[in-house]
Amino acid sequence: MPNAVNSTNVQGGDKFAALKEKARAYAERVLALPNDSFEKTVAVAVGLCLVGAVLVSGSAVALKPLQESNKSRDEKVNILEVAGLLVDGTGIDEAFKNIEPKIVELASGDYSDAVDPKTYDQRKAAKDPALSEAIPPEDDIAGIKRKPKYAKVYLVKENGQLKSVILPVSGYGLWSTMYGFMALEADGETVIGLNLYDQAETPGLGGEVVNPKWKALWKGKKVYNYSKTAVHESNLSEKGQTVEIGEVALGLVKGGVDPSKPGAEFQVDALAGATLTSRGVSNLIRYWMGKDGFGPYLAKVRAGRG
Amino acid sequence: MNEESKKVLIEPLVDNNPITLQVLGICSALAVTSQLSTALIMSLALTSVTACSSAGIALIRNHIPSSVRIIAQMVIIASLVIVVDQLLKAFAYEISKQLSVFVGLIITNCIVMGRAEAYAMKNPPWESFLDGIGNGLGYSLILVTVATIRELLGSGKLLGIDVLPLVKDGGWYVPNGLLLLPPSAFFLIGLLIWAIRSWKTQQVEKADFVIATAHGEAH
Repeated sequence: MPNAVNSTNVQGGDKFAALKEKARAYAERVLALPNDSFEKTVAVAVGLCLVGAVLVSGSAVALKPLQESNKSRDEKVNILEVAGLLVDGTGIDEAFKNIEPKIVELASGDYSDAVDPKTYDQRKAAKDPALSEAIPPEDDIAGIKRKPKYAKVYLVKENGQLKSVILPVSGYGLWSTMYGFMALEADGETVIGLNLYDQAETPGLGGEVVNPKWKALWKGKKVYNYSKTAVHESNLSEKGQTVEIGEVALGLVKGGVDPSKPGAEFQVDALAGATLTSRGVSNLIRYWMGKDGFGPYLAKVRAGRG
Repeated sequence: MNEESKKVLIEPLVDNNPITLQVLGICSALAVTSQLSTALIMSLALTSVTACSSAGIALIRNHIPSSVRIIAQMVIIASLVIVVDQLLKAFAYEISKQLSVFVGLIITNCIVMGRAEAYAMKNPPWESFLDGIGNGLGYSLILVTVATIRELLGSGKLLGIDVLPLVKDGGWYVPNGLLLLPPSAFFLIGLLIWAIRSWKTQQVEKADFVIATAHGEAH
């Protein structure tokens, strides 16, 4: 038997060498042809496409792990930043240990196991008819057209105690849909921060939503004005239960916020020279904190049932 | 370095600049110059693509059938651009997010194809490579100049570092918002072309036609 195996091997090697010889002879013959002959045109075109395809797919496959890790790192940095947990010196993965991703069913405001929080991609889900629903135009103040049924929130815990919740938000500005995270304290109404990390607003004007000085203005603001409360009963999963959602009062105001006036806790300076982007930010907060967004969920967080 | 190499490397900087003399590659020059950092990365990407694609095309120039020559060039250019895009996403993620589609649009940048057609199809690989570098640098020079002016006067920063303290942060400088919008790059490039042609008068184009004198005027 060993002999037989050996002989096929030799034969295989011979075959390969013969094939190589044939390929070389073919290449030499084709290259010697006049440039505009039909055969050479096809051969050069096919050859170039093969080389291009190998180059492109090779680099895409080889660099994929690096790109993926960049992406997930970027998302973690954005989450840590909005929660104010991005401290120099601590590793990102280290800091992320206290953060737990959870799935919330938006309509009821309850946690859900319908999808796996580790793999759930909310942005993709918002486009998937099975996992999302169209927003009626009159309710679509944030200009996002569809909303996912489930949202991926992040809970920041310290010694088992809920410290803050981080909610994904999105809305249309002037040029682009802005995606970001909003972090609230465990009372479900006090803002820790708003980080619109993915946007294409005008640099220097609407693009200033990423300016750290402007982002710092959000800390300590309140989302809801509980003197104006609406009772929200629809779509509750537990029968007979109602939640009270305060009116979403938080928004941007032009001309600067006067801290001495009442209502200043609901106001943040609008961006100079970016009226439409500012309006987009106000609208996305009104939508996502309201009854169609995280309103029911936040009411439960506030009541300690979240 | 011989005369030809020097010539193809130096000439595109001012004397035969792809943007200001040939007026090519304007699209990206308008779009990515609101910040210096994006302009620098874009320059680097375009220079490397132009150089490598020119060298690659020059290498097989004698075997490219003329009937499919543009497609053949495009395959080489497009492959290189995708590789550059992938590299940026892997190693300069932040910048690649800001450049978004403009790296991909290098494929349609007239400078790259212009050099392939005008130079690489007729010259050996090494010279073509240098020609690509030279033209890339000519493009970079304009991009960096425009981006420096736009970022400095438009947002008071350079490479994201505060240079002119803004009024809203308690400084003295009122930024010019117009410079952050794409049309301002048009004005700046126009002014640059004016400046260069005043300095190098041989670049001034002859008028295509002369307005005839009206009938009845006695001369």
